[in-house]
Amino acid sequence: MSMRNIATLLFLGGLVFLLLVLTDALSFGDPPMVVGDAIQRAAADEVGAANFVTAVVLGYRGLDTLGELSILFAAATAGGLVLGGAQQRRGRPAGMILRSGADLLFPLLLVVGLYIVMHGHLTPGGGFQGGVILAAAFFLPLLARPGEALNHNWMVAIEGLAGTAFIALGVAALVQGKAFLTPLFDQGLLGELVSGGSLPLLYLAVGLKVGAELASLLIRLASDDEAAS
Amino acid sequence: MIWLAVTVVSLTLGAALAVLLLDNLLAAVAAASVVSLGVAVMFVMLQAPDVAMTEAAVGAGLSGLILALALRRLGLARLDVGAGADDVDA
Repeated sequence: MSMRNIATLLFLGGLVFLLLVLTDALSFGDPPMVVGDAIQRAAADEVGAANFVTAVVLGYRGLDTLGELSILFAAATAGGLVLGGAQQRRGRPAGMILRSGADLLFPLLLVVGLYIVMHGHLTPGGGFQGGVILAAAFFLPLLARPGEALNHNWMVAIEGLAGTAFIALGVAALVQGKAFLTPLFDQGLLGELVSGGSLPLLYLAVGLKVGAELASLLIRLASDDEAAS
Repeated sequence: MIWLAVTVVSLTLGAALAVLLLDNLLAAVAAASVVSLGVAVMFVMLQAPDVAMTEAAVGAGLSGLILALALRRLGLARLDVGAGADDVDA
């Protein structure tokens, strides 16, 4: 057994010991959470989103979501720096199964992704989940047809515009004398597609930003692979 | 319900064990995706559909894809078992 394995084992043992001590000292579910109940009572009236998770993510904790977006942005930028620009792939064309599968799946993924983004304030899901599905949708055709060029500038433009729109909606609340990122507009009827004020717009911005960011990251990762293999 | 939970947990633990034991790195990535899928099913059973959706999309889909693409970039993605995949940490 090498030195490294022994060190790993020691570290793991210490971690398990610490976790055991922690779980021994704290009893499960004690003290009881009180924030959840308060939010469940108040969210429908205060924010107007049928999905309370969205009410928390964008309504009560919009600033945290902005932080999450900036972390993702920093990670994608660092990844882009390391991987370099997206060269056009000259790989072999994919087989028939992958090509027709990609053709079949692309519209389906597009619809599901957009549905999850647009219904984020009504049903489970939202900008992050839908954005990942949109990124997968736009990556799939590239996997099937490696030679085809995908305009990278579009991705960058969508990402920048969506990020700016998110912050602009926050600043618009500031202009009206409210706190940063307070939901704007009329709340509408609970459960309708057009309800919850500016929450659907915020989630649309999040979805487009996440989708464009991850799609360009995936395209960068997939390009220039002929040098390696 | 309890048997469903037991099945999903044992499947997830089995997949997690497979990640450690598999020689083929590409298969290990696929097994890691199975772990995320099992965790997503558990989130659904715990009535957290939002978290389950994130886990399924990011954990099972995107991270597996990124790991597989990274393997291909490093030249470690081989479909035949053992050939060259063992001398990674040399």
